[in-house]
Amino acid sequence: MSDDAHSEDAVETHGADAAHGADAAHGADAGHAADAAHGADAGLAADAAHGAEGGLQIHPMDQFIVQPLFGDGPISWYTPTNVTLWMLLAIVGVAILMVIGTRGRAIIPSRAQSVAELTYGFIRKMVEDVAGKDALPFFPYIMTLFLFIVMANFLGLIPMSFTTTSHIAVTAVLAMLVFVTVTAVGFIKNGVGFLGLFWVSSAPMALRPILAIIELISYFVRPVSHSIRLAGNVMAGHAVIKVFAGFAGVLGLGAVAPIIAITAVYGLEVLVAFIQAYVFTILTCVYLRDALHPSH
Amino acid sequence: MAVDAHDAAASAPGMPQLDFSTFPNQIFWLVVTLVAIYLLLSRVALPRVGAVLAERQGTITNDIAAAEDLKRQATEAEEAYNKALADARAQAQAIAAEAREEIMAELADATAKADAEISAKASESAARIDEIRAGALEAVEAVAKDTAAEIVSALAPAAADADSIAAAVSTRVKG
Repeated sequence: MSDDAHSEDAVETHGADAAHGADAAHGADAGHAADAAHGADAGLAADAAHGAEGGLQIHPMDQFIVQPLFGDGPISWYTPTNVTLWMLLAIVGVAILMVIGTRGRAIIPSRAQSVAELTYGFIRKMVEDVAGKDALPFFPYIMTLFLFIVMANFLGLIPMSFTTTSHIAVTAVLAMLVFVTVTAVGFIKNGVGFLGLFWVSSAPMALRPILAIIELISYFVRPVSHSIRLAGNVMAGHAVIKVFAGFAGVLGLGAVAPIIAITAVYGLEVLVAFIQAYVFTILTCVYLRDALHPSH
Repeated sequence: MAVDAHDAAASAPGMPQLDFSTFPNQIFWLVVTLVAIYLLLSRVALPRVGAVLAERQGTITNDIAAAEDLKRQATEAEEAYNKALADARAQAQAIAAEAREEIMAELADATAKADAEISAKASESAARIDEIRAGALEAVEAVAKDTAAEIVSALAPAAADADSIAAAVSTRVKG
């Protein structure tokens, strides 16, 4: 390869892993950097190449860096950062949609009010259908989760923005909130009977202990899959767009293929932004149903 | 490799997602955001939208009920109209029949009256004719008597007895 010199530099600074990544970033394969680890390596390698002056300068992961809004100091827990800004914008978005949009309280709704009512009906019906009528007290909570995720996802699709839901710290907190709530509700409503969720009474007696272990493991894996699914999808899509954008930057005016690819991936990301919010919400409802009706 | 990323904040060595030094910050602001959205929704937005939807449902139900009521009223009105129409028609027929009968009766009366008048006039006329005829007979008799008396006196002045001539003429005229 012509990039051998850079790759060697990369090997010196970051090890064999980075060299592999450098190949990916420089070769045509970089489009496959969709999965998170690969994408991260590409960023690492690009950084290495950057350090070795010249070559491709693609930093697909730079968009996820948490930075202070003012100054350059260390980030403590209360520092206003780009996280703060984009979460604030999410609140503003929710307020515009759900509060200002419904300001008229019209019997014949305006457009904004229609959207707010559709969202309301969509989530309410989901809670009712999936989790049952007795889950309706949790409707505001689930609505909060859905609106925050969907708003953060779509705000993240604005170029140059920061996607709060691409961070595992954020999605993990969201998932843990659901996990803790669901577990607590399960025990409060059903007492010890909640453990019946793990005891598959319809299976043969000999299989039940094994199934119980499997059920237990799957129960505790829930928050992990719940959070990584969201963060992984959002992050991977944004990283891919950034990689294509890097290609377009290098190719200049002739970058037809990368621009088409960016457009296509962006369209996909619009879908993903909604679908992941939907998936997160409906899984919350499913978990809630398990807590309210633990019998199999 | 990611843990020391905050040293070089300008670029991203590895995944910024795994930079644990930013976790407290993100978690803090996330909690603030979630609480804010929750309060916004549970205090303002959701009750409002719920109320609007319920109100609309109520309005629709009322409107449907009102529409059914109006439809029922319309049906009733139509029935009443049809009934009134039938009544009016029957009444009209009755009036027409009555009027015809009245007219017939009047006509019969008038006819009878006219008949009576006509027969009265006819009998009167017949009486007058008889009278005239009787008058004429008398006149004929008188003329005959006068004529006979004149002729008798002219032919036989001695025999001119007025009474015997009149008696003779009367017997001849009657015979």
